[in-house]
Amino acid sequence: MTLVPIHLYLILGAILFTIGCIGVLVRRNVIVIFMSIELMLNAVNLVFVAFSRHLQSTEGQVTVFFVMTVAAAEAAVGLAIIIAAFRNRETVNADELNFLRW
Amino acid sequence: MLVGLGVLALLMILSLAGVVVVGGIDVASLNAGHVVFALLASLMILSALGVILNRSPIRSALSLVVTLFLLAVTFVSLNAYVVAMLQVIVYAGAIMVLFLFVIMLLNLQEDRPAMARAGVRGAAAVVGSLFLLAAAHFVAHPLGGTQAAAALPAGFGSIEQLAENLFTRSLLAFEVTSILLLVAIVGAVVLAKRKLE
Repeated sequence: MTLVPIHLYLILGAILFTIGCIGVLVRRNVIVIFMSIELMLNAVNLVFVAFSRHLQSTEGQVTVFFVMTVAAAEAAVGLAIIIAAFRNRETVNADELNFLRW
Repeated sequence: MLVGLGVLALLMILSLAGVVVVGGIDVASLNAGHVVFALLASLMILSALGVILNRSPIRSALSLVVTLFLLAVTFVSLNAYVVAMLQVIVYAGAIMVLFLFVIMLLNLQEDRPAMARAGVRGAAAVVGSLFLLAAAHFVAHPLGGTQAAAALPAGFGSIEQLAENLFTRSLLAFEVTSILLLVAIVGAVVLAKRKLE
């Protein structure tokens, strides 16, 4: 039924990725930065699935499966790091979390 | 209520017009797929903007849940049923609960106004315009094969097909993924411990 041309999905993916990218740059709350990263990963997932439909191959969907796994692992470890950092510094502001700088 | 419906109708018309103009589609050949895509895309962009524009992290997280659910619906419209199911379970379920849990655990206050420094603002503008340029490229040079959607192989996007690919051609990657998850579990537990001994 759907005959939505693939470049519309690509444009939507690009817009979502752009929004995520801008979020990473302008926000200072580490957790919101993390959410913006998830947004970017999902924009890429959308492009993978759109191409999988376009080329009628499941490769793209399998790749999305792996992206989701990596995103889940990243969220678990990243949020654990945020909690550990918050314990030490009492902040989640990216400007104040500079203890990796030397 | 009535105002909300009016706004929704206006959004619908605007997004449909956007799809027609950007996609170069004949108005006569518009079908339900286009309408659904227009609604999904506009709501998705709005909720994605909500993620980065909301001051309170909780609201950002809830906007992200909306975005991820809409993305799952888009996956269904692209015949990727298993991926849509995983999207709801893994993203909207597990990952978002984790986010909300951490936000509430840390008892975060409202963020100070974003976009304070001029340098950051400039960098964001450059990156944003670069990516929008990429989007404009797809508008100017649409990929051919709009009609490729004609006949899908039977069972496309079904769990059988996905599993067959996953356990034959992508078996190594699948096994490596399990190691990655194990490392992530151990890492999360170690990091969350108060003292290392």
